[in-house]
Amino acid sequence: MTVTQETNAAEELRVVGKRLPKLDAPQKVTGQTVYAADVHMPGLLYGAILRSPHAHARIRSIDVSAAEQLPGVRAVIHAGNVEQRPYGYGQDNIPLKPDKVRFVGDEVAAVAAIDEETAHRALELIRVDYEVLPAVFDPFESLAQEFPLIHDELPDLIGNVSMRWDFEDGDVDAAAAEAAVVVEGDYSSPQAAPAPIETHAVIASFAPDGHLTVWSPVHMVFMYRKELADCLGLDWRHITVIQPPVGGSFGGKIDIDPHDFITVMLALQARRPVRLVMSREEEFIGTRTRQPIHIRLRTGADAEGNLLFRDADVVSDNGAYNGWGSHAMLVAMNTITSMYRVPNSRIRSSVVYTNKNYGGSVRGFGNPQATFAVEQQMEELADALGIDPMDLRLRNANQSGDVTPQGMEITSCGLSECLRIVREQSGWDERRGKLRERNRGLGAAALIHVGGGARIYGSDGCGAIVKVDDSGQVTLITGASELGQGSETTLAMIVAEEMGVPLDAVHVINSNTDVKPWDVGVHASRTTFVAGNAARMAAAKARDQLLETASELLGAPIDELHVRDGTVEVVGAPERQIDYARLARRRLLREEGSVVMASAFYDPPTQKQVDHRGNISAAYGFGAHVAEVEVDPGTGMVRLLNLWTAHDVGRAINPMSCEGQIEGGAAMGVGLALSEELVIFDGEIVAPNLHDYGMPTTADVPRIVVNLVETIDPLGPFGAKGVGEAGIIPPPAAIANAIADATGIRPRAYPMRPWKVKEWIDTEERSHVIENGSPVDG
Amino acid sequence: MRVELSVNGDLYRRESEPDLTLLALLRDVLELTGTKWGCLTGDCGACTVLVDGEPIVSCLQLARQVEGREVTTVEGLAGNGALDSLQAAFVSNGAAQCGFCTPGMIVSAEALLRARPSPSEAEIREALSGNLCRCTGYNKIIDAVLEAAGSRGAAA
Repeated sequence: MTVTQETNAAEELRVVGKRLPKLDAPQKVTGQTVYAADVHMPGLLYGAILRSPHAHARIRSIDVSAAEQLPGVRAVIHAGNVEQRPYGYGQDNIPLKPDKVRFVGDEVAAVAAIDEETAHRALELIRVDYEVLPAVFDPFESLAQEFPLIHDELPDLIGNVSMRWDFEDGDVDAAAAEAAVVVEGDYSSPQAAPAPIETHAVIASFAPDGHLTVWSPVHMVFMYRKELADCLGLDWRHITVIQPPVGGSFGGKIDIDPHDFITVMLALQARRPVRLVMSREEEFIGTRTRQPIHIRLRTGADAEGNLLFRDADVVSDNGAYNGWGSHAMLVAMNTITSMYRVPNSRIRSSVVYTNKNYGGSVRGFGNPQATFAVEQQMEELADALGIDPMDLRLRNANQSGDVTPQGMEITSCGLSECLRIVREQSGWDERRGKLRERNRGLGAAALIHVGGGARIYGSDGCGAIVKVDDSGQVTLITGASELGQGSETTLAMIVAEEMGVPLDAVHVINSNTDVKPWDVGVHASRTTFVAGNAARMAAAKARDQLLETASELLGAPIDELHVRDGTVEVVGAPERQIDYARLARRRLLREEGSVVMASAFYDPPTQKQVDHRGNISAAYGFGAHVAEVEVDPGTGMVRLLNLWTAHDVGRAINPMSCEGQIEGGAAMGVGLALSEELVIFDGEIVAPNLHDYGMPTTADVPRIVVNLVETIDPLGPFGAKGVGEAGIIPPPAAIANAIADATGIRPRAYPMRPWKVKEWIDTEERSHVIENGSPVDG
Repeated sequence: MRVELSVNGDLYRRESEPDLTLLALLRDVLELTGTKWGCLTGDCGACTVLVDGEPIVSCLQLARQVEGREVTTVEGLAGNGALDSLQAAFVSNGAAQCGFCTPGMIVSAEALLRARPSPSEAEIREALSGNLCRCTGYNKIIDAVLEAAGSRGAAA
């Protein structure tokens, strides 16, 4: 269902708003798509990485002589024979570890050989002498004590705390003193994995003149190129990054990782192209994860249910290195201060190092973790006040025109509409609180997330080029990347709409840094908004070049021209017409000819936050979910029966694609809620495989109901806002609330696996027995 | 050792190491890279192919185990360059996002539709429960299989 709040009657859309298949789908359903691991080239070598078996150890020595002598081995590298520099946020990482390893999976050495088998035999021949050090896995232990120091090489660091970020707005203590009800609790989340079905794969090849070409499914290609150059001492003008089709990322492939540098160093030493493909086990232990965030939260309200304050102490356990994962804490902060209208808020947060695989920028980026706490407290608060939780939410809902305590300017907001839709569809008013005798329950959660870019760097921009050739074919060359999310099709639809051509007249080029204009990269649900605006601007300019020529040839002023299906007509005299192909040829073939081509760069009007204040995004997305669960009190098994979702997408450029993002995101959220967890024992991920990890299957995800609410954002392309991450955010909170409704227990951690739920139910039953004064059995 | 088998209707004879998997034979020797590998432990289903019409995960099968048999991969489903009805339904329903699970998913669904031309949603969920998809949440994949079953039923 699509609900449009306002429509601009003058704007008649022919392509935007249609359910159109992805342009790249025919190749994908026939197996023709060539992913990174499918790329083959003459002389290709196979790379493999030797990883630390210890969570924390000093490297005394590395002996690679036996590996080097194995026939078929063309390169063996380690910190002692390569040139590399520290990289990453806080410069706390380096591709091949010179003196110390900090988690099980840290990169120590690597080989390139003529085949995979030889590469793995060579790894077995490398001898590393480790001095095992005490390790720390618990973030609270790491916060409290300075020993063992994980990054003793960083002089400015105090203990194992990599970041402290605090924020305060208003007067929380005064608000707490006057609150009618205050709820308080600790909420935690596990280490989880993005787990795309395609593992990471990289190919590096040096030309004889030293020019490096890298094929990598990374989605911030320009930053990737710069980091490669900076770390390895290469000239970034002589690096081409080609992004092959990506077999899923979900943030796991945003950043450059040690294996990217390592593949390049192997190619450099071997003087042959090298391909390195992660095994599934390596994907779990050696690529980026979702960081556990532990939140102690208090929320207070007055007797009518007006929120008065939130007060949070937060510890983000980001593992052995920062990466960008350390910044997930900042998104969690946005939710704590800005989900609903909160007049007073205070957050004290720490990002700490532990000897574990480190966090990255996984879809939702800190928001599911924060929403799990914030939205459970909305229902706890409502129940304590005797108010329906939906009424409490509606009373405090963000509205268009609001500026949140962190300075986020909300220009379009469909939150209330989303809440009303899922309330009605789920039968909330008749059913919530009334299903417990059937062991069923309903729970809700809403979301706020950036939907108009996110200014983390100096620029949040994206470039676009639109050209029209002599056949009339339109080509969009965009800085944005296609990861499977459908950006290529969405951007082509925007160009087709703006140019007045059918979708099949638009081709998209988006994969090569030599060709495409600069872009920050895919993150923060920004592509439709930022790359969409850039594409629309370039398309308008290219169209205007054609209209200028059409005006001359048809003898009519531009404002009397109309474009239909790639043909320019004079309004009121459609027999006077000329198509884009002829117009393009006219421009090419005339004296002092010119190509039809235009470029644009769109950088949203936003601010980098200073002291956590500033309008970081040009638009914000909202949504609401209601989950219905059935809990087996005997086993603790939770079955998700229904999930109703409503999302404010601004405008659905392609409703089918929006649904796909929301359904897929929600299914990942269901996995987070009920099954997904990297179980770690003594620093080691116990079962790094897809079976034990608990990714949802067709048997676990019910039909997800999706409602698209169109608020027509003033700055979005045709009113669109970002929606890539939104779906994953509410499910852990909504499902926890549903479990609470079904059982009376209050989940404080996810995943809510059967044995944990069973334990909570048993503990709750025992506490009731004690309260009633009866003897406790056993 | 020598392996002889039919793949998508073509007969191949190839020298093979005894431990060569069917997946490696398809991808590395015959260069049919439409069949994907996602785990090599049989958990993800991305490498599903048909052997004499039965779906199997080719990462857990040795090439020599399919000696003399007929293998169908995703590349063998489309005829004369046109999409088969299941592939067309995957396209029109938005059932492929990143596309990495899609070949295995389509091959599993093809096996289901051959065995049960009009499956219920529950039967589709059961038949595809060994194929992981991280992008779609499965809604649109199930819609695609239902639509293909309907169009094949109408054509029959």
